Amino acid sequence: MARIVGIDLGTTNSLVAYMDKGTPRVISARHERAMVPSVVALTDNGLIVGDPAKEHLTRNPERTVYSVKRFMGKSLADVQGELAYFPYTLTEKGGVIRIQLGEKSYSPPQISAMILKELKLRAEAFLGESITKAVITVPAYFNDSQRQATKDAGMIAGLEVLRIINEPTAASLAYGLQEKTQGTIAVYDLGGGTFDISILKLKNGIFEVLATNGDTHLGGDDFDQLIADLLLKDIRAQHGLDLSTHPDHMQTVRLQAEHAKIRLSDELKTIVSLDLPDGQGRFTRELTRDQLEGLCSPLVERSLGPCRLALKDSGLSPTDIDEVVLVGGSTRMPLVRQRVQALFGKEPHCDLNPDEVVALGAAVQADILSGGTTDMLLLDVTPLSLGIETMGGVMSSLIRRNTTIPASAKEMFTTYVDGQTGVDIHILQGERELAKDNRSLARFRLKVPPLPAGVPRIEVTFLIDANGILNVMAKDMRTGETQSIEVKPSYGLSDQEVERMIEDSFKFAADDVSARKVIEARLDAGALITTTEKSLADGGHLVSAEEVAKIRTALSALASAKEGTDPRAIRGRMADLEQAAKGLTVAMLDDSLKQGLQGKKISDVT
Amino acid sequence: MNGHTHNTDDRRELQMARSMCWHCQSEMAGEYFCDRCVKVQPVSKDLDYFTCFGLPRRLAIDTKVLEAKFYELSRAFHPDFYQNKSNEERSISLGNSAMLNTAYRTLRDPIQRAEYLLDLEAGAVKDIRTSPPADLFEEILELQETLDEFRESDRSSEHASTLRAKLHTDRTNLEERQRDMEARLQQLFVRWDALQDRGEATEQARTERTLILKDMRDILSNRTYVKNIVNDLVATIA
Repeated sequence: MARIVGIDLGTTNSLVAYMDKGTPRVISARHERAMVPSVVALTDNGLIVGDPAKEHLTRNPERTVYSVKRFMGKSLADVQGELAYFPYTLTEKGGVIRIQLGEKSYSPPQISAMILKELKLRAEAFLGESITKAVITVPAYFNDSQRQATKDAGMIAGLEVLRIINEPTAASLAYGLQEKTQGTIAVYDLGGGTFDISILKLKNGIFEVLATNGDTHLGGDDFDQLIADLLLKDIRAQHGLDLSTHPDHMQTVRLQAEHAKIRLSDELKTIVSLDLPDGQGRFTRELTRDQLEGLCSPLVERSLGPCRLALKDSGLSPTDIDEVVLVGGSTRMPLVRQRVQALFGKEPHCDLNPDEVVALGAAVQADILSGGTTDMLLLDVTPLSLGIETMGGVMSSLIRRNTTIPASAKEMFTTYVDGQTGVDIHILQGERELAKDNRSLARFRLKVPPLPAGVPRIEVTFLIDANGILNVMAKDMRTGETQSIEVKPSYGLSDQEVERMIEDSFKFAADDVSARKVIEARLDAGALITTTEKSLADGGHLVSAEEVAKIRTALSALASAKEGTDPRAIRGRMADLEQAAKGLTVAMLDDSLKQGLQGKKISDVT
Repeated sequence: MNGHTHNTDDRRELQMARSMCWHCQSEMAGEYFCDRCVKVQPVSKDLDYFTCFGLPRRLAIDTKVLEAKFYELSRAFHPDFYQNKSNEERSISLGNSAMLNTAYRTLRDPIQRAEYLLDLEAGAVKDIRTSPPADLFEEILELQETLDEFRESDRSSEHASTLRAKLHTDRTNLEERQRDMEARLQQLFVRWDALQDRGEATEQARTERTLILKDMRDILSNRTYVKNIVNDLVATIA
């Protein structure tokens, strides 16, 4: 069967991994790191993704999307509180957030699909085959809408998502494969934007999740924001400048904050400095690790609440945990390690690269699905209780949180009025008593044959599949007929919308490919210009002035082509330059040979 | 032939029909897989959870055996291993896994196990109590009043802290009651299992069986009632 890759679609970075003869490996593009920043920018040459897009964060903040994962499966109202922090424009259509990029607006799954496509291309280039199937990871505490949105993103990117798997459990698979661990482990996963804790029991290749908890709005981004706020306050006090109205400078502040935080994981103090707008000088201040920890301590504390709840739900105390595993870039912070160690009373493990371990685990799960690995099996749970709204706006729980999936529950429905032809059902997810305090997943109308009140008996099955995604089926108990139910998600794309986005993505694919070609041609042109200039400086004296002039002409022709958007023109001028510089190259080669031969006996060189 | 025997024949016929492989229609001898075509079979809706795990219908069970069997059956049914199979097989795998997970969750917990066994032995027993158990009637009415009063009080007032202290005491008492009921249940479980082990078909044994079931049912529903009150209490004073 076709190869299945494992993808970690992260808030700040994403990775793709595959299984290489029993060992999971992350895939890097040529000369690049494996991590692809989860950033998409709209440039004059179309949409770009990853490291090149990250450069646009400060240059072009209104058209550069980062942390899109925070908006997956959400409505605008859900994220109202943090809109001010994002320089790009968010709107809403049909309960789904839209991100404005130039003329067009995109849903979060479409933006995520662009990142997925970049990973798909990398995997295809590396493995030399077409990739159409993937396992994608999500935070364990993601609700149904967020999982569905991730699956939609995969479909839009041209990937069949065979499994949505939870990040901490994916990490446990990577660890389990490596060490053949047995016992009870806690996986503490603090990423760029989300936090998860999962407690698992490992026994003879079975990875049974006992409980999971988390916060889908807690991660490295929040630490950066706190530092950035401190810097902004300082800049205001020292220079009387309010940078929060300058999106480009805001991004610089945010990036400097992130860099300072990273440095403070190894150092005890660091200097933050940045240029102020319009030549108003430079801002500099020292930041100590103590100050950073003072700022971030409440956030780290916030992660411990879910840890205690997960322990309670699994019926365990900290001393029952045999091993603690750290996952996610934010667990590099010494404060996080200290607090986790204090809670569980043992030193946490971080043998595998916390940035890569989730993607590696996804590759292991992909291998299980393709039949390669047969001795390991992950039994995961649903993180949130699922129920329906009953009389008086109360939520009646059907499947409790931390139930092993697949899980199903059946509920019988009937009518209250003679001849009633429908029953409205409102599906909810969450732990609160009242329907309105929980997450609305979907509403649908159950069709009922017109009969006296109480006579119809319709059995509705709610099934949470191995992806943690809900499926609903209904059966008329009198006739035995099953009815297909069209569930309209409350905060998600309908099937038709996803279809359309897939079509659109094919249309845009042509644009994307050409944008990519331009970028690659420019990179190559840049490299050729640099080496040719170096050759001219080192060996210009070896050729005639006429030849040097010819090379200079070709150089400037390439430099101006590089500013344009036609990859063929760039490649053409590159060929011209190579042709023009051929004499110089040969002359330099001869010269270096001569230099090498000087002072040597003939016998040494024959 | 009287009606009674006739019914039994019907039932046997039904079982025969079910024990045919959905795929190759050959007669099923294997437990969950067809011997001939090796296709996974849907677990019958009539199969009880004890039989599913190969355990006797007892209230004390070996949880190690239960877990081992759960893992074994998970390896047999889990959708992860049916990715490349037909739609029918994938759908059966999903249904069987969901059923298996429910069965394991039910039998793993002693209270849920007892409720399930009662359901099997005596039909729908888990009627939800809407009024307090007789011996707790007065106590719980008073508690509800205190709770309401506390909810409406100004939390920073002295009166509220008096009420909170009282609720704390009530909570301790109710939790003590709950433990007490659980201990009594445990005794009943032992008696039930011993009775089943003896397997006597006497009138006396039948009477004892009915009595144990009735006692278990009463205590279980009282316990659920008390537990809900305690949860409510904890949520309110937290």
